[in-house]
Amino acid sequence: MNFDLPVASPGAAETDQLLGALLLISLAVLVLVFGLMALYGIRYRARSTAHRGAPGEKSWRFEIAWTTVTIVAFFALDVWGADVYMRQSQTPAHAMKIYIIGKQWMWKAEHEGGQREINALHVPTGRDVQLIMTSEDVIHDFSVPAFRVKRDVLPGRYETLWFHPNRAGTYPLYCDQFCGTGHSEMVGDIVVLKPVEFSAWLSANGEIGGTLADQGHTLFMRYGCSGCHETTEGGGGGTVRAPPLIGLYGSLVPLADRTVVTADDKYIRDSILMPASQIVASYPNLMPSYAGQISEENLVKVIAYIKSMAGETPR
Amino acid sequence: MSIAAGLRSDNYINHETTVRSWLVTTDHKRIAILYLCSITAFFFIGGAAAALMRYNLLSPRGALVSPEMYNRLFTMHGIVMVWFFLVPAAPAVLGNFVLPLMLGARDLAFPRINLLSWYLFIAGGAIAMFAVTYGGLDTGWTFYTPLSTNFSKGFVEVAALGIILSGYASIATGLNFIVTIHRLRAPGLTWYRMPIFVWSMYATSVLNVLATPVLTMALILIAMERIFHIGVFDPALGGDPVLFQHLFWFYSHPAVYIMILPGFGIVSEIIPCFARRPLFGYKFVAWSSIAIAVIGFFVWAHHMFVAGVSVYSALVFSLLSYVIAVPSAIKVFNWLGTMHKGYIRYNTPMLYALGFVGLFTIGGLSGLFTAALGADVYLHDTYFVVAHFHFIMVGGMVTAFFAGLHFWWPKMTGRLYPESWGRVAALLLFGGFILTFLPQFVLGYLGMPRRYPIYDPGFQVLNVLSSAGATILAGGYLLPMGYLLWSLVYGQPAGDNPWDATGLEWRTQSPPRVQNFSVTPRVTETAYNYPPPEQQEPMA
Repeated sequence: MNFDLPVASPGAAETDQLLGALLLISLAVLVLVFGLMALYGIRYRARSTAHRGAPGEKSWRFEIAWTTVTIVAFFALDVWGADVYMRQSQTPAHAMKIYIIGKQWMWKAEHEGGQREINALHVPTGRDVQLIMTSEDVIHDFSVPAFRVKRDVLPGRYETLWFHPNRAGTYPLYCDQFCGTGHSEMVGDIVVLKPVEFSAWLSANGEIGGTLADQGHTLFMRYGCSGCHETTEGGGGGTVRAPPLIGLYGSLVPLADRTVVTADDKYIRDSILMPASQIVASYPNLMPSYAGQISEENLVKVIAYIKSMAGETPR
Repeated sequence: MSIAAGLRSDNYINHETTVRSWLVTTDHKRIAILYLCSITAFFFIGGAAAALMRYNLLSPRGALVSPEMYNRLFTMHGIVMVWFFLVPAAPAVLGNFVLPLMLGARDLAFPRINLLSWYLFIAGGAIAMFAVTYGGLDTGWTFYTPLSTNFSKGFVEVAALGIILSGYASIATGLNFIVTIHRLRAPGLTWYRMPIFVWSMYATSVLNVLATPVLTMALILIAMERIFHIGVFDPALGGDPVLFQHLFWFYSHPAVYIMILPGFGIVSEIIPCFARRPLFGYKFVAWSSIAIAVIGFFVWAHHMFVAGVSVYSALVFSLLSYVIAVPSAIKVFNWLGTMHKGYIRYNTPMLYALGFVGLFTIGGLSGLFTAALGADVYLHDTYFVVAHFHFIMVGGMVTAFFAGLHFWWPKMTGRLYPESWGRVAALLLFGGFILTFLPQFVLGYLGMPRRYPIYDPGFQVLNVLSSAGATILAGGYLLPMGYLLWSLVYGQPAGDNPWDATGLEWRTQSPPRVQNFSVTPRVTETAYNYPPPEQQEPMA
């Protein structure tokens, strides 16, 4: 039996501290409650002759005292838990991005260099890694106990998760959200490598199709996107005027309904699948929907290509 | 009112004896018995599913059934135990029987609606059982979309219909209780003289009436989505699968309190009786139930901290989840305060009640872990959560139900069960429960996900321990079945008030006559007015 759970990131150590504090407080309360039950249970059993005195005065002071102590302790725990959660929720800038696609019942990963893997994920130590995750079918959940993190993976959305591996090794990956018959077999390995080994792994597994963005460019031409959207400074595009894509990613986009949105992964994805839902201000509603024509994996590639045109000033 | 007269006198059981007289009865006591028989059947069906699952988990590759079958088993276990045992158990059995007696009333306000409630429950139960056995259902009791709408081939619509009907049964009972408590209290029975069990039934009923319709709507939307593809939840049609989780938990979190609040009430009756002391902090305990019922509506999203809700809503829902833990903690301290300087007798109901306090405290403390955002991100959907809610629902509520059943059994049947067997069963239940579910906390911390028929071999030892505990626990549940049935024929006559308890239900004969009381009682004192220790007689 293996009781020691690896601590493979600073975040995991932080979660363990919080869990340790919760455990200590719980044990103290358990000792108090079970202790008093045993103490009163023996001392004041019916046959005992222990002195009871007059019935105790119904003191409100007791009620106020234990209510106050409980509130203060709970509030402290809540703030601590929230603090850890905020750090878990905010991805550091310049994290390495990896795309994850869940489907019944496997995990697919795509690295920016075009490397692909199934039911495995190779990451280096010493870097912040951000996963950008979506699902092809039902809700899954990407859970890595060694990092003490998990996040639901939803169809039609990009959910993100980040961690900072600091210990090389192979750790289990589970699907934690029930997703149908093969749920318990939707598992894999998180392989944490030292940076040198990771570089070697990347070059050994590079695809002939080039990086994710290169593959996206190929798709961009094949789907005919370049017929309308200009992709080079001042050139390209056809007779139809469409919003330019250079510098788009991470910028603020004014929409026809006078709202302004940030062009993130979700925005680009929605614009490809449901173009009519977010019309860019001063452009006509002409683009056809690509829903049902482009797979989640290819979407990720096209988005990577559009991202690559963002220039050096992402959000 | 003499001890031996009880059984021979005219009472609700022997007043009429035909089967038809039971099936068309409007007597709250008979309907309680009908409910008791039905929920016992459901409890053993749901328990059998759990037993098969625990057997299967003996081996990391699955010792008995295919993953598909395992998924059907836990779906069946969840649906049956939540909607056809836990939700109706305490209100529809104990509440139905005891509430009018406690109020000094002849019956509930709407006796026919009470009977209708049982028929709705039976119809719903039959339909749901057909869905989970004949059709098979593999969505889990939570019906998460889009798995339940676009992918499951099981009888989702049929199961939804069964659950909706049982929901109407809960609403009918809840409405009946609210009106009864407002309108049918005996002369002199002011709100602050009511037993805490009545307060907790009131809070439970309010939750039943207000929360259940939301579940009905959510389930109807699922059926519409499956049949007409209306696109409320399907992202391909512009819907949002997470919306279903909001609707589902808007019912199902209050439902947790629907299940546990009656337990608080039962234990608040038993501990003062067997400690021979007034309940410590009566008003705090009473208002804690109301506070839980109100705050219970505002914590639902703590089931969704990793499901893609915004960071800010997670912060708010985490704080509210800690807030709702406060009134529960207050109750535990007040029960301990009641034992202080008491004259404590360890009859079977008291052993169950103390077991409840212990197990509920462990369950509540583990809730502090899952309410802490940073910890929940790790523990969510692991066995830690399974252990947490089983400590509350089974260690807490089922133990409290057994406490109540043993406390009021002499009143319901006029017979005493063998006390020593009762104590053995209470201890078996406590030990078996701890052995079953304590290892699951560790499994969860080690990362074992829920709903896995096939698991990492490293988790096997703890799973085997848990399954071993489950066999002891099963003994703890089967034993009372045996001696309680035995007592119906061979038990000693109970007399009107075997526990020397206060409360109007003990002022009438056992079993009670059809009209409950020969003369409407008058209430002149507060609840739990147990004699001060100086006047205490030595107890056997």
